[in-house]
Amino acid sequence: MNRATASLPRSVAAHAILISYTVIALFPVFVILINSFKTRRSIFGAPMMPPTPETFDLVGYRMVLTQGDFLTYFQNSFIVTVASLFFVLLFGAMAAFALSEYRFRGNRLMGLYLALGIMIPIRLGTVAILQMMVASGLVNTLTALILVYTAQGLPLAVFILTEFMSGVSDDLKNAGRIDGLSEYRIFFRLVLPLVRPAMATVAVFTMIPIWNDLWFPLILAPSEATKTVTLGAQMFIGQYVTNWNAVLAALSLAILPVLVLYLIFSRQLIRGITSGAVK
Amino acid sequence: MTASDAKPRKPFRWHIIVFLAPAVLVYTAIMIVPLFGTLQFSLFRNVSGGQTFVGLDNFRTLFGDPNWSRGFWNALWNNVWFFIIHMLVQNPIGILLAALLSSPKLRLSSFYRTAIFIPTILSFVIVGFAWKLILSPIWGVAPNLLDLVGLKSLFTPWLGKEEYALTALSLISVWQFVGIPMMLIYAALLSIPDEVIEAAECDGVTGMAQFWKIKLPLILPSIGIISVLTFVANFNAFDLIYSAQGALAGPNYSTDILGTFLYRAFFGFQLQVGDRNMGAAIATMMFLIILTGVCLYLFLIQTRLRRYQF
Repeated sequence: MNRATASLPRSVAAHAILISYTVIALFPVFVILINSFKTRRSIFGAPMMPPTPETFDLVGYRMVLTQGDFLTYFQNSFIVTVASLFFVLLFGAMAAFALSEYRFRGNRLMGLYLALGIMIPIRLGTVAILQMMVASGLVNTLTALILVYTAQGLPLAVFILTEFMSGVSDDLKNAGRIDGLSEYRIFFRLVLPLVRPAMATVAVFTMIPIWNDLWFPLILAPSEATKTVTLGAQMFIGQYVTNWNAVLAALSLAILPVLVLYLIFSRQLIRGITSGAVK
Repeated sequence: MTASDAKPRKPFRWHIIVFLAPAVLVYTAIMIVPLFGTLQFSLFRNVSGGQTFVGLDNFRTLFGDPNWSRGFWNALWNNVWFFIIHMLVQNPIGILLAALLSSPKLRLSSFYRTAIFIPTILSFVIVGFAWKLILSPIWGVAPNLLDLVGLKSLFTPWLGKEEYALTALSLISVWQFVGIPMMLIYAALLSIPDEVIEAAECDGVTGMAQFWKIKLPLILPSIGIISVLTFVANFNAFDLIYSAQGALAGPNYSTDILGTFLYRAFFGFQLQVGDRNMGAAIATMMFLIILTGVCLYLFLIQTRLRRYQF
Protein backbone atom coordinates (compact mmCIF):
# COMPACT_ATOMS: atom_id res chain seq x y z
CA MET A 1 0.00 0.00 0.00
CA ASN A 2 2.54 2.54 1.04
CA ARG A 3 5.09 2.03 -1.68
CA ALA A 4 5.47 5.75 -2.15
CA THR A 5 6.51 6.41 1.44
CA ALA A 6 8.83 3.44 1.84
CA SER A 7 11.47 4.63 -0.58
CA LEU A 8 15.08 4.00 0.31
CA PRO A 9 16.43 7.49 1.14
CA ARG A 10 13.39 8.14 3.27
CA SER A 11 13.82 5.02 5.34
CA VAL A 12 17.56 5.64 5.71
CA ALA A 13 16.77 9.08 7.07
CA ALA A 14 14.17 7.63 9.43
CA HIS A 15 16.65 5.09 10.75
CA ALA A 16 19.32 7.74 11.13
CA ILE A 17 17.07 9.91 13.28
CA LEU A 18 15.79 7.00 15.34
CA ILE A 19 19.27 5.59 15.90
CA SER A 20 20.65 8.93 16.99
CA TYR A 21 17.81 9.45 19.41
CA THR A 22 18.23 5.92 20.76
CA VAL A 23 21.89 6.71 21.40
CA ILE A 24 20.91 9.88 23.24
CA ALA A 25 18.39 7.94 25.31
CA LEU A 26 20.73 5.11 26.24
CA PHE A 27 24.07 6.86 26.49
CA PRO A 28 23.83 8.19 30.06
CA VAL A 29 22.61 4.85 31.38
CA PHE A 30 25.39 3.08 29.51
CA VAL A 31 28.11 5.40 30.82
CA ILE A 32 26.94 4.96 34.41
CA LEU A 33 26.76 1.18 34.13
CA ILE A 34 30.17 0.61 32.52
CA ASN A 35 31.98 2.99 34.82
CA SER A 36 30.54 1.40 37.93
CA PHE A 37 32.73 -1.65 37.23
CA LYS A 38 35.98 0.27 36.86
CA THR A 39 38.83 1.47 39.02
CA ARG A 40 38.76 5.05 40.13
CA ARG A 41 41.68 5.91 37.93
CA SER A 42 40.08 4.62 34.75
CA ILE A 43 36.73 6.19 35.57
CA PHE A 44 38.47 9.51 35.17
CA GLY A 45 41.14 8.46 32.69
CA ALA A 46 38.90 6.91 30.07
CA PRO A 47 35.26 7.38 31.00
CA MET A 48 33.98 6.18 27.64
CA MET A 49 35.78 2.84 27.65
CA PRO A 50 34.06 -0.34 28.81
CA PRO A 51 35.86 -2.11 31.65
CA THR A 52 38.84 -4.22 30.59
CA PRO A 53 40.50 -6.91 32.76
CA GLU A 54 43.03 -4.32 33.97
CA THR A 55 40.49 -1.68 34.84
CA PHE A 56 37.78 -3.99 36.20
CA ASP A 57 37.06 -3.29 39.83
CA LEU A 58 34.11 -3.92 42.13
CA VAL A 59 35.26 -1.58 44.88
CA GLY A 60 32.19 0.61 44.44
CA TYR A 61 29.79 -2.29 44.90
CA ARG A 62 31.70 -3.52 47.96
CA MET A 63 31.46 -0.06 49.42
CA VAL A 64 27.72 0.19 48.75
CA LEU A 65 26.97 -3.24 50.16
CA THR A 66 28.98 -2.70 53.34
CA GLN A 67 28.12 0.94 54.01
CA GLY A 68 24.53 1.25 52.90
CA ASP A 69 21.83 -1.15 53.87
CA PHE A 70 20.65 -1.70 50.33
CA LEU A 71 19.22 -5.11 51.03
CA THR A 72 16.75 -3.60 53.47
CA TYR A 73 15.98 -0.79 51.04
CA PHE A 74 15.21 -3.26 48.29
CA GLN A 75 13.04 -5.27 50.61
CA ASN A 76 11.12 -2.14 51.65
CA SER A 77 10.60 -1.01 48.09
CA PHE A 78 9.48 -4.48 47.17
CA ILE A 79 6.98 -4.78 50.01
CA VAL A 80 5.55 -1.31 49.41
CA THR A 81 5.25 -1.78 45.67
CA VAL A 82 3.73 -5.24 45.77
CA ALA A 83 1.27 -4.46 48.56
CA SER A 84 0.12 -1.19 46.97
CA LEU A 85 -0.18 -2.89 43.62
CA PHE A 86 -2.31 -5.65 45.12
CA PHE A 87 -4.71 -3.20 46.73
CA VAL A 88 -4.88 -0.91 43.71
CA LEU A 89 -5.70 -3.82 41.42
CA LEU A 90 -8.20 -5.47 43.75
CA PHE A 91 -10.05 -2.33 44.89
CA GLY A 92 -9.74 -0.71 41.49
CA ALA A 93 -11.18 -3.72 39.68
CA MET A 94 -14.01 -4.02 42.18
CA ALA A 95 -14.99 -0.37 41.81
CA ALA A 96 -14.62 -0.53 38.04
CA PHE A 97 -16.89 -3.54 37.98
CA ALA A 98 -19.55 -1.76 40.01
CA LEU A 99 -19.35 1.31 37.77
CA SER A 100 -19.45 -0.57 34.50
CA GLU A 101 -21.89 -3.32 35.42
CA TYR A 102 -24.63 -1.78 37.51
CA ARG A 103 -26.90 1.08 36.85
CA PHE A 104 -27.56 3.01 40.00
CA ARG A 105 -28.22 6.53 41.06
CA GLY A 106 -24.99 8.55 41.13
CA ASN A 107 -23.07 6.17 38.90
CA ARG A 108 -21.67 8.87 36.64
CA LEU A 109 -21.00 11.17 39.53
CA MET A 110 -19.08 8.44 41.34
CA GLY A 111 -17.06 7.80 38.19
CA LEU A 112 -16.19 11.49 37.92
CA TYR A 113 -15.36 11.69 41.62
CA LEU A 114 -12.93 8.80 41.33
CA ALA A 115 -11.44 10.20 38.13
CA LEU A 116 -10.68 13.52 39.81
CA GLY A 117 -7.50 12.05 41.24
CA ILE A 118 -6.04 11.50 37.77
CA MET A 119 -5.69 15.22 37.31
CA ILE A 120 -5.16 16.47 40.85
CA PRO A 121 -1.92 15.11 42.30
CA ILE A 122 -2.08 13.59 45.77
CA ARG A 123 1.09 15.46 46.71
CA LEU A 124 -0.86 18.65 47.24
CA GLY A 125 -2.47 17.05 50.28
CA THR A 126 0.89 16.24 51.85
CA VAL A 127 0.55 18.67 54.75
CA ALA A 128 -2.65 17.03 55.98
CA ILE A 129 -1.50 13.51 55.09
CA LEU A 130 1.58 13.92 57.26
CA GLN A 131 -0.52 15.24 60.11
CA MET A 132 -2.92 12.32 59.76
CA MET A 133 -0.08 9.81 59.77
CA VAL A 134 1.46 11.44 62.82
CA ALA A 135 -1.88 11.33 64.61
CA SER A 136 -2.39 7.66 63.83
CA GLY A 137 1.20 6.75 64.64
CA LEU A 138 1.93 5.53 61.13
CA VAL A 139 4.92 7.78 60.45
CA ASN A 140 7.99 5.76 59.57
CA THR A 141 6.00 2.66 58.77
CA LEU A 142 5.60 1.02 55.41
CA THR A 143 1.83 0.98 56.02
CA ALA A 144 1.72 4.75 55.57
CA LEU A 145 3.38 4.47 52.18
CA ILE A 146 1.15 1.59 51.11
CA LEU A 147 -1.98 3.56 52.02
CA VAL A 148 -0.84 6.65 50.16
CA TYR A 149 0.19 4.75 47.06
CA THR A 150 -3.04 2.79 47.03
CA ALA A 151 -5.00 6.03 47.03
CA GLN A 152 -2.67 7.48 44.41
CA GLY A 153 -3.01 4.54 42.05
CA LEU A 154 -6.76 4.00 42.32
CA PRO A 155 -8.12 6.78 40.08
CA LEU A 156 -6.24 5.72 36.95
CA ALA A 157 -6.86 2.03 37.68
CA VAL A 158 -10.61 2.55 38.02
CA PHE A 159 -10.68 4.69 34.89
CA ILE A 160 -8.84 2.21 32.67
CA LEU A 161 -10.53 -0.89 34.06
CA THR A 162 -14.01 0.60 33.73
CA GLU A 163 -13.44 1.04 30.01
CA PHE A 164 -12.29 -2.53 29.68
CA MET A 165 -14.96 -4.09 31.82
CA SER A 166 -17.77 -2.44 29.92
CA GLY A 167 -16.44 -4.40 26.95
CA VAL A 168 -17.00 -7.76 28.61
CA SER A 169 -19.97 -9.46 27.04
CA ASP A 170 -23.24 -9.17 28.94
CA ASP A 171 -24.40 -12.56 27.71
CA LEU A 172 -21.60 -14.26 29.56
CA LYS A 173 -22.47 -12.56 32.84
CA ASN A 174 -26.17 -13.20 32.38
CA ALA A 175 -25.47 -16.85 31.66
CA GLY A 176 -23.59 -16.93 34.95
CA ARG A 177 -26.55 -15.35 36.71
CA ILE A 178 -28.93 -17.90 35.27
CA ASP A 179 -26.62 -20.63 36.53
CA GLY A 180 -27.07 -19.14 39.97
CA LEU A 181 -23.66 -17.53 40.44
CA SER A 182 -23.64 -14.70 42.95
CA GLU A 183 -22.50 -11.26 41.80
CA TYR A 184 -19.22 -11.79 43.66
CA ARG A 185 -18.55 -15.03 41.84
CA ILE A 186 -19.38 -13.45 38.52
CA PHE A 187 -16.80 -10.80 39.26
CA PHE A 188 -14.04 -13.07 40.53
CA ARG A 189 -14.65 -16.09 38.31
CA LEU A 190 -15.88 -14.62 35.04
CA VAL A 191 -14.88 -11.01 34.68
CA LEU A 192 -11.47 -10.84 36.39
CA PRO A 193 -9.87 -13.54 34.22
CA LEU A 194 -11.16 -11.80 31.12
CA VAL A 195 -9.62 -8.43 31.92
CA ARG A 196 -6.24 -9.84 32.88
CA PRO A 197 -4.42 -8.01 30.05
CA ALA A 198 -5.85 -4.70 31.21
CA MET A 199 -4.85 -5.52 34.77
CA ALA A 200 -1.28 -6.10 33.61
CA THR A 201 -1.25 -2.71 31.92
CA VAL A 202 -2.59 -1.02 35.03
CA ALA A 203 -0.03 -2.90 37.11
CA VAL A 204 2.89 -1.55 35.10
CA PHE A 205 1.51 1.99 35.15
CA THR A 206 0.97 1.85 38.89
CA MET A 207 4.26 0.22 39.70
CA ILE A 208 6.70 2.61 38.05
CA PRO A 209 5.74 5.79 39.92
CA ILE A 210 5.54 3.93 43.22
CA TRP A 211 8.97 2.37 42.87
CA ASN A 212 10.49 5.66 41.74
CA ASP A 213 8.80 8.03 44.19
CA LEU A 214 11.02 10.16 46.36
CA TRP A 215 8.57 12.62 47.89
CA PHE A 216 6.50 10.38 50.18
CA PRO A 217 9.34 8.16 51.43
CA LEU A 218 11.24 11.36 52.22
CA ILE A 219 8.35 12.83 54.15
CA LEU A 220 6.46 9.88 55.60
CA ALA A 221 9.08 7.19 56.13
CA PRO A 222 12.65 8.52 56.18
CA SER A 223 13.86 6.28 59.01
CA GLU A 224 16.70 3.86 58.33
CA ALA A 225 14.43 0.83 58.68
CA THR A 226 11.77 2.02 56.25
CA LYS A 227 13.82 3.69 53.52
CA THR A 228 12.97 2.65 49.99
CA VAL A 229 15.64 2.11 47.35
CA THR A 230 14.99 5.46 45.74
CA LEU A 231 15.37 7.34 49.00
CA GLY A 232 18.23 5.10 50.14
CA ALA A 233 20.15 5.70 46.94
CA GLN A 234 19.46 9.42 47.15
CA MET A 235 20.78 9.67 50.71
CA PHE A 236 23.69 7.35 50.12
CA ILE A 237 24.82 9.36 47.12
CA GLY A 238 24.39 12.57 49.04
CA GLN A 239 26.70 11.23 51.73
CA TYR A 240 29.36 9.70 49.49
CA VAL A 241 29.21 12.35 46.83
CA THR A 242 32.97 12.48 46.39
CA ASN A 243 33.42 8.73 46.22
CA TRP A 244 32.74 8.17 42.56
CA ASN A 245 33.03 4.40 42.67
CA ALA A 246 30.38 4.17 45.34
CA VAL A 247 28.07 6.69 43.68
CA LEU A 248 28.24 4.95 40.32
CA ALA A 249 27.69 1.55 41.92
CA ALA A 250 24.70 2.83 43.90
CA LEU A 251 23.18 4.31 40.75
CA SER A 252 23.71 1.07 38.86
CA LEU A 253 22.13 -0.93 41.66
CA ALA A 254 19.11 1.34 41.51
CA ILE A 255 18.91 1.14 37.72
CA LEU A 256 19.35 -2.59 37.22
CA PRO A 257 16.22 -4.07 38.82
CA VAL A 258 13.95 -1.57 37.06
CA LEU A 259 15.73 -2.16 33.80
CA VAL A 260 15.44 -5.94 34.04
CA LEU A 261 11.75 -5.75 34.98
CA TYR A 262 11.13 -3.34 32.14
CA LEU A 263 12.82 -5.53 29.57
CA ILE A 264 10.69 -8.46 30.72
CA PHE A 265 7.42 -6.53 30.69
CA SER A 266 8.07 -3.94 27.98
CA ARG A 267 5.96 -5.79 25.46
CA GLN A 268 3.03 -5.74 27.86
CA LEU A 269 3.55 -2.10 28.72
CA ILE A 270 3.83 -0.93 25.14
CA ARG A 271 0.89 -2.99 24.05
CA GLY A 272 -1.08 -1.51 26.93
CA ILE A 273 -0.29 2.05 25.92
CA THR A 274 -0.81 1.52 22.24
CA SER A 275 -4.05 -0.38 22.64
CA GLY A 276 -5.56 2.98 23.44
CA ALA A 277 -6.24 2.11 27.04
CA VAL A 278 -4.87 5.47 28.10
CA LYS A 279 -6.44 8.24 26.17
CA MET B 1 -19.45 3.69 30.08
CA THR B 2 -22.51 1.72 29.35
CA ALA B 3 -24.21 0.08 32.23
CA SER B 4 -26.16 -2.99 31.33
CA ASP B 5 -29.58 -1.82 30.42
CA ALA B 6 -32.94 -2.31 31.95
CA LYS B 7 -32.42 -4.39 35.01
CA PRO B 8 -35.62 -5.25 36.81
CA ARG B 9 -35.96 -3.35 40.07
CA LYS B 10 -34.59 -5.40 42.85
CA PRO B 11 -34.41 -4.92 46.56
CA PHE B 12 -31.39 -2.98 47.72
CA ARG B 13 -28.33 -4.24 45.93
CA TRP B 14 -25.74 -4.50 48.68
CA HIS B 15 -23.11 -5.89 46.39
CA ILE B 16 -22.73 -2.53 44.66
CA ILE B 17 -21.75 -1.00 47.99
CA VAL B 18 -19.39 -3.88 48.70
CA PHE B 19 -17.70 -3.47 45.33
CA LEU B 20 -17.35 0.28 45.61
CA ALA B 21 -16.63 0.71 49.29
CA PRO B 22 -12.92 -0.18 49.56
CA ALA B 23 -11.83 2.02 46.68
CA VAL B 24 -14.04 4.93 47.65
CA LEU B 25 -13.05 4.75 51.31
CA VAL B 26 -9.30 4.61 50.75
CA TYR B 27 -9.45 7.25 48.05
CA THR B 28 -11.60 9.58 50.10
CA ALA B 29 -9.70 9.12 53.35
CA ILE B 30 -6.16 9.35 51.99
CA MET B 31 -6.61 11.65 49.04
CA ILE B 32 -9.71 13.83 49.09
CA VAL B 33 -9.93 14.55 52.81
CA PRO B 34 -6.24 15.52 53.12
CA LEU B 35 -6.54 17.65 50.02
CA PHE B 36 -9.30 19.67 51.61
CA GLY B 37 -7.55 19.45 54.95
CA THR B 38 -4.55 21.13 53.37
CA LEU B 39 -6.70 23.83 51.85
CA GLN B 40 -8.17 24.37 55.30
CA PHE B 41 -4.75 24.52 56.99
CA SER B 42 -3.87 27.42 54.76
CA LEU B 43 -6.47 29.51 56.59
CA PHE B 44 -5.02 28.85 60.03
CA ARG B 45 -1.85 29.88 61.79
CA ASN B 46 0.03 28.60 64.79
CA VAL B 47 -0.48 31.18 67.49
CA SER B 48 1.00 30.35 70.91
CA GLY B 49 0.74 26.62 70.47
CA GLY B 50 -2.77 26.46 69.04
CA GLN B 51 -4.16 26.73 65.55
CA THR B 52 -6.09 29.95 65.10
CA PHE B 53 -8.26 30.92 62.18
CA VAL B 54 -6.63 33.84 60.39
CA GLY B 55 -8.60 34.01 57.16
CA LEU B 56 -6.43 34.86 54.21
CA ASP B 57 -3.52 36.15 56.31
CA ASN B 58 -1.18 33.42 55.13
CA PHE B 59 -1.80 34.41 51.55
CA ARG B 60 -1.25 38.05 52.47
CA THR B 61 2.11 37.01 53.88
CA LEU B 62 2.88 34.91 50.82
CA PHE B 63 2.22 37.77 48.41
CA GLY B 64 2.89 40.77 50.63
CA ASP B 65 6.01 39.87 52.61
CA PRO B 66 8.93 40.49 50.23
CA ASN B 67 10.83 37.46 51.57
CA TRP B 68 7.98 35.15 50.68
CA SER B 69 6.65 36.82 47.58
CA ARG B 70 10.08 37.03 45.93
CA GLY B 71 10.51 33.30 46.44
CA PHE B 72 7.02 32.51 45.25
CA TRP B 73 7.15 34.52 42.03
CA ASN B 74 10.63 33.24 41.31
CA ALA B 75 9.43 29.65 41.74
CA LEU B 76 6.34 30.29 39.66
CA TRP B 77 8.24 31.86 36.74
CA ASN B 78 10.82 29.12 36.84
CA ASN B 79 7.99 26.64 36.75
CA VAL B 80 6.44 28.36 33.75
CA TRP B 81 9.77 28.26 31.94
CA PHE B 82 10.13 24.59 32.87
CA PHE B 83 6.72 23.96 31.30
CA ILE B 84 7.46 26.01 28.16
CA ILE B 85 10.63 24.03 27.49
CA HIS B 86 8.67 20.81 27.83
CA MET B 87 6.02 21.97 25.41
CA LEU B 88 8.51 23.29 22.87
CA VAL B 89 11.02 20.46 23.00
CA GLN B 90 9.42 17.33 24.41
CA ASN B 91 6.24 17.29 22.37
CA PRO B 92 7.73 18.05 18.93
CA ILE B 93 10.44 15.42 19.45
CA GLY B 94 7.80 12.99 20.68
CA ILE B 95 5.65 13.62 17.61
CA LEU B 96 8.61 13.30 15.25
CA LEU B 97 9.70 10.00 16.77
CA ALA B 98 6.16 8.65 16.78
CA ALA B 99 5.63 9.65 13.15
CA LEU B 100 8.83 7.86 12.16
CA LEU B 101 8.00 4.80 14.22
CA SER B 102 4.51 4.50 12.82
CA SER B 103 5.60 4.37 9.22
CA PRO B 104 4.75 0.91 7.95
CA LYS B 105 7.50 -1.56 7.09
CA LEU B 106 9.96 0.15 9.39
CA ARG B 107 12.35 -2.48 10.64
CA LEU B 108 13.49 -2.66 14.26
CA SER B 109 10.63 -0.42 15.31
CA SER B 110 9.94 -2.36 18.49
CA PHE B 111 13.62 -2.11 19.41
CA TYR B 112 13.54 1.67 19.03
CA ARG B 113 10.34 1.95 21.03
CA THR B 114 11.72 -0.13 23.87
CA ALA B 115 15.05 1.69 23.93
CA ILE B 116 13.68 5.22 23.75
CA PHE B 117 11.23 4.50 26.55
CA ILE B 118 13.96 3.32 28.96
CA PRO B 119 14.73 6.74 30.52
CA THR B 120 11.05 7.15 31.39
CA ILE B 121 11.05 4.15 33.72
CA LEU B 122 14.07 5.34 35.69
CA SER B 123 13.57 7.30 38.87
CA PHE B 124 14.31 11.01 39.05
CA VAL B 125 17.04 10.30 41.53
CA ILE B 126 18.94 8.17 39.05
CA VAL B 127 18.34 10.58 36.20
CA GLY B 128 19.29 13.62 38.26
CA PHE B 129 22.55 12.17 39.52
CA ALA B 130 23.48 10.48 36.28
CA TRP B 131 23.25 13.75 34.39
CA LYS B 132 24.93 15.63 37.18
CA LEU B 133 27.90 13.30 36.83
CA ILE B 134 27.90 13.46 33.05
CA LEU B 135 27.72 17.24 32.94
CA SER B 136 30.26 17.58 35.73
CA PRO B 137 33.44 19.37 34.69
CA ILE B 138 35.38 17.10 37.07
CA TRP B 139 34.53 13.91 35.24
CA GLY B 140 34.72 15.37 31.81
CA VAL B 141 32.35 13.14 29.86
CA ALA B 142 30.42 16.06 28.41
CA PRO B 143 33.50 18.15 27.48
CA ASN B 144 35.10 15.08 25.91
CA LEU B 145 32.03 14.45 23.82
CA LEU B 146 31.87 18.05 22.71
CA ASP B 147 35.56 17.82 21.87
CA LEU B 148 34.78 14.97 19.47
CA VAL B 149 32.62 17.28 17.40
CA GLY B 150 34.96 20.21 17.86
CA LEU B 151 32.68 22.22 20.10
CA LYS B 152 34.59 21.97 23.35
CA SER B 153 34.62 25.73 23.71
CA LEU B 154 30.86 25.63 24.22
CA PHE B 155 31.17 23.66 27.43
CA THR B 156 30.44 25.31 30.72
CA PRO B 157 29.24 23.67 33.92
CA TRP B 158 25.63 24.18 32.93
CA LEU B 159 24.08 22.96 36.15
CA GLY B 160 26.25 25.32 38.18
CA LYS B 161 25.49 28.52 36.29
CA GLU B 162 22.47 30.55 37.23
CA GLU B 163 21.55 31.43 33.68
CA TYR B 164 21.69 27.87 32.32
CA ALA B 165 20.81 25.59 35.24
CA LEU B 166 17.04 25.66 34.90
CA THR B 167 17.10 25.16 31.14
CA ALA B 168 19.58 22.32 31.53
CA LEU B 169 17.36 20.63 34.10
CA SER B 170 14.28 21.12 31.92
CA LEU B 171 16.08 19.45 29.06
CA ILE B 172 17.10 16.57 31.31
CA SER B 173 13.46 16.16 32.27
CA VAL B 174 12.51 16.28 28.59
CA TRP B 175 15.13 13.61 27.90
CA GLN B 176 13.52 11.45 30.56
CA PHE B 177 9.89 11.87 29.52
CA VAL B 178 9.97 12.06 25.76
CA GLY B 179 8.84 8.44 25.74
CA ILE B 180 5.37 9.31 26.97
CA PRO B 181 4.28 11.68 24.16
CA MET B 182 6.03 9.37 21.74
CA MET B 183 3.97 6.38 22.87
CA LEU B 184 0.63 8.18 23.09
CA ILE B 185 1.02 9.82 19.68
CA TYR B 186 2.23 6.54 18.25
CA ALA B 187 -0.96 4.91 19.52
CA ALA B 188 -3.05 7.71 18.03
CA LEU B 189 -1.30 7.39 14.68
CA LEU B 190 -1.85 3.64 14.62
CA SER B 191 -5.54 4.12 15.25
CA ILE B 192 -6.00 6.16 12.08
CA PRO B 193 -7.76 3.73 9.76
CA ASP B 194 -6.09 2.63 6.55
CA GLU B 195 -9.00 3.85 4.44
CA VAL B 196 -8.32 7.45 5.37
CA ILE B 197 -4.66 7.11 4.41
CA GLU B 198 -5.52 5.29 1.21
CA ALA B 199 -8.06 7.93 0.28
CA ALA B 200 -5.39 10.57 0.83
CA GLU B 201 -2.97 8.67 -1.37
CA CYS B 202 -5.55 8.37 -4.12
CA ASP B 203 -5.82 12.12 -4.01
CA GLY B 204 -2.07 12.38 -4.30
CA VAL B 205 -1.45 13.52 -0.73
CA THR B 206 1.66 11.67 0.42
CA GLY B 207 4.72 12.08 2.60
CA MET B 208 5.04 15.31 4.54
CA ALA B 209 1.85 16.81 3.14
CA GLN B 210 -0.02 13.73 4.27
CA PHE B 211 1.37 14.13 7.77
CA TRP B 212 0.52 17.82 8.07
CA LYS B 213 -2.87 17.75 6.39
CA ILE B 214 -4.31 14.37 7.34
CA LYS B 215 -2.56 12.85 10.32
CA LEU B 216 -1.78 15.89 12.45
CA PRO B 217 -5.40 17.11 12.63
CA LEU B 218 -6.44 13.59 13.59
CA ILE B 219 -3.97 13.35 16.48
CA LEU B 220 -4.70 16.82 17.88
CA PRO B 221 -6.85 15.42 20.72
CA SER B 222 -3.91 13.27 21.85
CA ILE B 223 -1.62 16.28 21.73
CA GLY B 224 -4.13 18.12 23.90
CA ILE B 225 -4.13 15.36 26.48
CA ILE B 226 -0.35 15.18 26.48
CA SER B 227 -0.19 18.93 27.03
CA VAL B 228 -2.46 18.83 30.05
CA LEU B 229 -0.64 15.81 31.49
CA THR B 230 2.65 17.65 31.02
CA PHE B 231 1.17 20.72 32.69
CA VAL B 232 0.03 18.80 35.76
CA ALA B 233 3.31 16.89 36.02
CA ASN B 234 5.43 20.03 35.61
CA PHE B 235 3.62 22.14 38.17
CA ASN B 236 3.85 19.27 40.59
CA ALA B 237 7.50 18.42 39.90
CA PHE B 238 9.97 18.16 42.73
CA ASP B 239 12.11 15.05 42.61
CA LEU B 240 14.43 15.92 39.76
CA ILE B 241 15.35 19.35 41.12
CA TYR B 242 15.70 17.97 44.63
CA SER B 243 18.02 15.17 43.62
CA ALA B 244 20.12 17.22 41.22
CA GLN B 245 20.31 20.53 43.07
CA GLY B 246 19.12 19.81 46.60
CA ALA B 247 16.29 21.46 48.52
CA LEU B 248 17.90 24.87 48.05
CA ALA B 249 17.45 24.56 44.29
CA GLY B 250 20.77 26.24 43.58
CA PRO B 251 22.62 28.04 42.23
CA ASN B 252 21.01 30.92 44.09
CA TYR B 253 17.45 29.55 43.76
CA SER B 254 17.67 29.73 39.98
CA THR B 255 16.14 26.26 39.65
CA ASP B 256 13.55 26.69 42.39
CA ILE B 257 10.12 25.53 41.27
CA LEU B 258 6.87 25.34 43.22
CA GLY B 259 7.52 21.79 44.44
CA THR B 260 10.88 22.64 46.02
CA PHE B 261 9.51 25.93 47.33
CA LEU B 262 6.68 24.04 49.03
CA TYR B 263 9.13 21.53 50.48
CA ARG B 264 11.31 24.25 52.01
CA ALA B 265 8.35 26.17 53.38
CA PHE B 266 6.83 23.05 54.89
CA PHE B 267 9.95 21.42 56.32
CA GLY B 268 12.25 24.36 56.68
CA PHE B 269 15.89 24.39 55.72
CA GLN B 270 19.02 25.74 57.31
CA LEU B 271 17.90 28.95 59.04
CA GLN B 272 14.22 28.91 58.17
CA VAL B 273 11.87 26.98 60.42
CA GLY B 274 9.33 24.76 58.73
CA ASP B 275 5.84 26.22 58.73
CA ARG B 276 2.93 23.89 58.14
CA ASN B 277 0.43 26.62 57.43
CA MET B 278 2.60 28.47 54.93
CA GLY B 279 3.29 25.10 53.30
CA ALA B 280 -0.45 24.58 53.07
CA ALA B 281 -0.89 28.06 51.57
CA ILE B 282 1.66 27.25 48.85
CA ALA B 283 0.04 23.87 48.23
CA THR B 284 -3.28 25.70 47.87
CA MET B 285 -1.78 28.01 45.26
CA MET B 286 -0.42 24.98 43.38
CA PHE B 287 -3.85 23.39 43.61
CA LEU B 288 -5.47 26.50 42.13
CA ILE B 289 -2.90 26.72 39.34
CA ILE B 290 -3.32 23.07 38.40
CA LEU B 291 -7.09 23.30 38.67
CA THR B 292 -7.14 26.37 36.41
CA GLY B 293 -5.00 24.61 33.85
CA VAL B 294 -7.11 21.47 33.88
CA CYS B 295 -10.36 23.44 33.64
CA LEU B 296 -9.03 25.55 30.79
CA TYR B 297 -8.20 22.35 28.99
CA LEU B 298 -11.52 20.67 29.71
CA PHE B 299 -13.78 23.60 28.89
CA LEU B 300 -11.88 25.57 26.29
CA ILE B 301 -9.66 23.19 24.41
CA GLN B 302 -11.20 19.78 24.63
CA THR B 303 -14.67 20.89 23.62
CA ARG B 304 -13.28 22.65 20.55
CA LEU B 305 -11.18 19.79 19.33
CA ARG B 306 -13.18 17.75 16.95
CA ARG B 307 -13.06 14.10 17.72
CA TYR B 308 -13.27 11.82 14.77
CA GLN B 309 -15.16 8.63 15.16
CA PHE B 310 -14.21 5.90 12.77
